[in-house]
Amino acid sequence: MSKHIISVLVQNQPGVLAHIAGMFAARGFNIDSLVVGRTEDADFSRMVIASTGDDQTMEQIRKQLGKIVPVVKVQDLSEQDIVERDLLMVRVHCPSERRPELYQVTRIFRGSIVDVGRTSVVIQLTGPESKVEAFIELCRPYGIKQVSRTGVIAVARASERPATGKAVTAKRRARQAVDTTDDSATPALPPS
Amino acid sequence: MGSEPQGRTAAPASRQNPNPPATPARRPGSQLLHDVLVEQGVEVLFGYPGGAILPTFDTLYESPIRFILTRCEQGAGHMADGYSRATGKVGTALVTSGPGATNLTTALATACMDSIPLVAITGQVATAAIGNDAFQEADVVGVTRPVTKHNVLVKDVKDLPRVIREAYYVARTGRPGPVLVDLPKDVQVALAEDANAGQLELPGYRPRYKGNPRQIRLAAEAINRSERPVLYVGGGVISAEASEELRQLARKANIPVTTTLLGMGALDEVTDSDLALNMLGMHGSAYANYAVQASDLLIAVGARFDDRVTGKVETFAPNAQIIHIDVDPSSISKVVDVDIPVVGDAKTVLAELLEWVEHRERAPWFEQIKDWKQRYPFSYQKQEGTILPQQAIEEVFRATNGEAIITTGVGQHQMWAAQFYKWRFPRQMITSGGLGTMGFGFPAAVGAAVGRPDRTVIDIDGDGSFLMTCNELATAGEYQIPAKVIILNNAYQGMVRQWQELFFQRRYMATPMTNPRFARVADAFGCTGLEVSDPKDLPDAVRQTVATKGPVVLDVHVAPEENVYPMVAVGKSLHEMEMGGMA
Repeated sequence: MSKHIISVLVQNQPGVLAHIAGMFAARGFNIDSLVVGRTEDADFSRMVIASTGDDQTMEQIRKQLGKIVPVVKVQDLSEQDIVERDLLMVRVHCPSERRPELYQVTRIFRGSIVDVGRTSVVIQLTGPESKVEAFIELCRPYGIKQVSRTGVIAVARASERPATGKAVTAKRRARQAVDTTDDSATPALPPS
Repeated sequence: MGSEPQGRTAAPASRQNPNPPATPARRPGSQLLHDVLVEQGVEVLFGYPGGAILPTFDTLYESPIRFILTRCEQGAGHMADGYSRATGKVGTALVTSGPGATNLTTALATACMDSIPLVAITGQVATAAIGNDAFQEADVVGVTRPVTKHNVLVKDVKDLPRVIREAYYVARTGRPGPVLVDLPKDVQVALAEDANAGQLELPGYRPRYKGNPRQIRLAAEAINRSERPVLYVGGGVISAEASEELRQLARKANIPVTTTLLGMGALDEVTDSDLALNMLGMHGSAYANYAVQASDLLIAVGARFDDRVTGKVETFAPNAQIIHIDVDPSSISKVVDVDIPVVGDAKTVLAELLEWVEHRERAPWFEQIKDWKQRYPFSYQKQEGTILPQQAIEEVFRATNGEAIITTGVGQHQMWAAQFYKWRFPRQMITSGGLGTMGFGFPAAVGAAVGRPDRTVIDIDGDGSFLMTCNELATAGEYQIPAKVIILNNAYQGMVRQWQELFFQRRYMATPMTNPRFARVADAFGCTGLEVSDPKDLPDAVRQTVATKGPVVLDVHVAPEENVYPMVAVGKSLHEMEMGGMA
């Protein structure tokens, strides 16, 4: 079992989100988080789906996503060098006498205090999921009142460095070469 | 004239552009839909009207398209499905919103599981009313999403012609499947032009037909090396029209062929009987199952390793390398780990594979198979004074020279039909394999008979299955569609009873059936009804059924507690078969 981040480019149509979420539910795949946003092209949206599963499950997820007609492109970003971010907003119980120490922790994590009340503060933080989760653990002793997170979004790095993603077996790589990368045989749409 | 100021007076006729740019007239959505259906070659629609689809039905009042009024929308869906399976064309169902569309869902799921191309057009309440729980409103796109290959709610009439063309294109290409178009009433009456000149907008839909040449070479090398290969062939070979390529490959490379329920007819079991292993799986032939288990190379073509085929997956073909040829990448390595995957259309890939394979004798392998075939043929014990269901199917085969198109319901009769009819050509066997939809047989036979008037079409049905959709006798009666029904009537839901006998100590809960007199039912619906219970009368009764014009129902009273064998119980390996009375 390992964590994967899948980037899915979809046609911007009503029902696409329901279709993809429904496929995950119907086939028993996990969704850890799912983020949808517009792209540079108004006709397309991008979904970033974080999911956990073994290699075979992840391969099925990629293929089943590819089968959905409004899905244009599926990439497993875990096999690439990527930048990932999760945005956290957390309201933490914090009487005034404990504020200095919480402020300090927040500063160490490069978060910011975005709201202060009499007995609680709201902290905003971005970073990879692991950092966000570490920060939440540190907040726990204070008493967390509410957590809201965007879920992970990610893009491939601009610099071309060798992939740091998990190793792919030769067999699986061969399969992927057949299954997902050979678009040379794409037929032209027939005239109707 | 040249001195006249431009634009003041109309140019004389001779000056006008002789070929003015075509400005297609604005027409209502229903008319645009109708014209695209004609353009797509739709000859017949199966359906049922209702409020939200009325504007579209109005265009059919004067139309070259034939309309068959079914007696339930489910029947319309199965008829369109049977039409597709029998002809290879895309069947079309046209129904109304709400209950009309929800009645259709079983038929959509049936077609989706078996990869059958069909297009369903459903009326929907007006766009302004959507979401308000309007009369006969249902979220049909939401309901049918998991049981269609693709579905679309059309909100703007300008998109309608394109969406309909896309529906037919998506339904019939790649791995085929049902496509549903949901059409609000206001969109059917709104005016627009068919302006986009047939352009499709499917940037994410790229079915792959040509297999990777490197993988095909690897597959050929594995075949040429193999001592004990088996071709395991499914419905993908039928839908790709690849049975000739399959036959040539099996002949040239000298490989025995076993077919799934949906692959029956891919190989002629009569003329190619030396290569034919018949059906494999839970109720497959012992020799097919033994061959698969003993094989060193399994070549799966257009098949998906269904649990009814594999038995216990962990011990399925335990010593075999596996080649999997399939047009749908998601079928590959879904159930079993595949050694040599080839994504591509069966026809194209098999044709290419044919060039690389060599002939090998494999005498010990064919000797072994011959021995299994002699020791474990499909067989049954005849009984004095009682018709055995298998006997009835053999009689149907004789009476039709093996040339009829056969549809079935689901259960024992379906398995006996697969075992005891000899399958001779593609699209001959029409059955609900994946979803196992009881009630499929008769409407599918009506659809097949509409599509193939040149063939005898027979529904070999069970009493339970037939009763689920026998309201369509009214359709067959009204249009005198010559679908014949042969009911193997054992007054049980036979397959469920068989499981109760074997696994639930014969506690027959809810499986005995109190049936009507089917022959009289047929008569009341304007069809011919016949009945037979004495084995001596069986050949004549079957011959009469085939020879009588129009729709006929023959009620065959068969031995009530006959079981289907061989049987691989759930959780057992394919070679661990119960032989019952066969052995």
